[in-house]
Amino acid sequence: MEFEILGNKDTRSGFGEGLAELGRTNPDVVALCADLTGSLKMDAFQKENPDRFFQAGIAEANMIGLAAGMTIGGKIPYTGTFANFSTGRVYDQIRQSVAYSQKNVKICASHAGLTLGEDGATHQILEDIGMMRMLPNMTVIVPADFNQTKQATIAIAEHQGPVYLRFGRPVMPIFVKPDAKFLIGKADVLAEGTDVTIIACGHLVWKSIEALAILKEKGISAELINMHTIKPLDVQAILTSAAKTGCVVTAEEHMMNGGLGEAVSQVLSREFPCPQEYVAVNDSFGESGTPMELMTKYGIDTQDVVNAAMRAIARKA
Amino acid sequence: MENSALEKVASQVRRDIVRMVSAVNSGHPGGSLGCADFLSFLYFEQMNFNAETFDMDGIGEDLFFLSNGHISPVWYSVLARAGYFPVAELGTFRKLSSRLQGHPSTDKKLPGIRMASGSLGQGLSVAAGAAQVKKLNGDKGIVYTLHGDGELQEGQIWEAAMYAAANHVDNLIATIDYNGRQIDGDVEDVMSLGNLAQKWIAFGWEVLEMDGHQFEDIRAKMTAAKAMCGKGKPVVIIMKTEMGQGVDYMMGSHKWHGVAPNAEQLTAALAQLEESLGDY
Repeated sequence: MEFEILGNKDTRSGFGEGLAELGRTNPDVVALCADLTGSLKMDAFQKENPDRFFQAGIAEANMIGLAAGMTIGGKIPYTGTFANFSTGRVYDQIRQSVAYSQKNVKICASHAGLTLGEDGATHQILEDIGMMRMLPNMTVIVPADFNQTKQATIAIAEHQGPVYLRFGRPVMPIFVKPDAKFLIGKADVLAEGTDVTIIACGHLVWKSIEALAILKEKGISAELINMHTIKPLDVQAILTSAAKTGCVVTAEEHMMNGGLGEAVSQVLSREFPCPQEYVAVNDSFGESGTPMELMTKYGIDTQDVVNAAMRAIARKA
Repeated sequence: MENSALEKVASQVRRDIVRMVSAVNSGHPGGSLGCADFLSFLYFEQMNFNAETFDMDGIGEDLFFLSNGHISPVWYSVLARAGYFPVAELGTFRKLSSRLQGHPSTDKKLPGIRMASGSLGQGLSVAAGAAQVKKLNGDKGIVYTLHGDGELQEGQIWEAAMYAAANHVDNLIATIDYNGRQIDGDVEDVMSLGNLAQKWIAFGWEVLEMDGHQFEDIRAKMTAAKAMCGKGKPVVIIMKTEMGQGVDYMMGSHKWHGVAPNAEQLTAALAQLEESLGDY
């Protein structure tokens, strides 16, 4: 299967465009930001809807509480800040005022993972998927590229309930069609194959697309699933593919603990035990560097997906 | 409402509180008793609401958020007595599958509650957000909150205080239960709040001080607070109360913050509180 590169953009810009479109089409959508309007690409929404944009300042805990309160009266609040400040910093506020209280808040988190780059480990959160998927009532979405992030941003407005939407900073290839329909909880099978199933999310979907070509040269037929929704997980997509290939690789820009790989392994261990290899950060903080340098150093690059696929295949009985 | 009628409501609410916590040997009677007069006034005279048609959005109504969720017994009693749910349900407090959770929650769908609370410091943010949406919706309702004084040690309170003033959230009336006690002792000893009124003034709020056990003063200050709404500033009321008010052996100490009376102590408490509206 050939992948057409439709352009190169950052996923956070997909969020910004999606939010701007919502501003024009859905009068119930309001947005809050904690002093990172430019970084989150929320400028267009702010400019076009000044009465529905709320600047919270550098006070993320208050922002989450405000957003929870704004659902009372029928609004659909979108909060925007870096992933670190969207989760770890405000976990208890999300837990009590959003998740437990079942409030229709959309927590939109940029600069997730190592690809935040030079700012270093203080800002490179690699635990956020784990924290958010542990919360009852929470939907967790990690779109793969600019187009999908825009589509997901728009789609979650129609979903009643808390959502964690995770995206990032680096410019990456766009491969999801601009008119694709985003379905929460329905994985996209990007390539069909018979030897190994690669299940990826976020920036690792593109890395896995690159890995497919290398694997093909080695005569390996890999199936690739874009698991953009971590919770609720598309269990059927995992089981159908694993039954066909007999082994699985999960790939994510996240800690191995708590992430997509662990969610997939819960399914496989119960329903279809088979070899699984993880492409993820292994119990380590990040550091300063360029996004691509960091992906290589911390083992979440194209070659790591290839190597994991070879290991998984070798472990098949 | 006549003061004598409000006193009857508050007395029954106090009976409900001590019976509820005693029945399950857990819960927080001290602060609950201290806020019985205030919440009785709020729900029986001050606020505009319709208990029968309760829904989450509360369009056109005044809203109340209890930020110090551990004093749930007083809120549950007042909500039931105000018609939100049958008073008999007070007997399920803290029991398995009850809608009356130890701390207030929305997931069991108890009418009257719009937000979970318990982890302290979150209610002022929620209230400020709800108040801003009321303005956005052209809704004239006022948003009320109640906070413990110890709760003001949480940083999020001051984030919300700064935000509400900076954004002219002037349909918001916060009340502080200023009883001077918290779990480990006197607030002054655990972590002094310093000059509390000056702190709120410095943050840009209108500040009123009120005796939380005198209905004449409660009425005067709550009326004044309402009159201050719509003038560009949020309003805070520093309400002087006595933890354990109405039960002599609980007053004057922090020790009844989170301890339930035993059967003998319950009898002694009930002897001091008139059964004015009928026990559940």
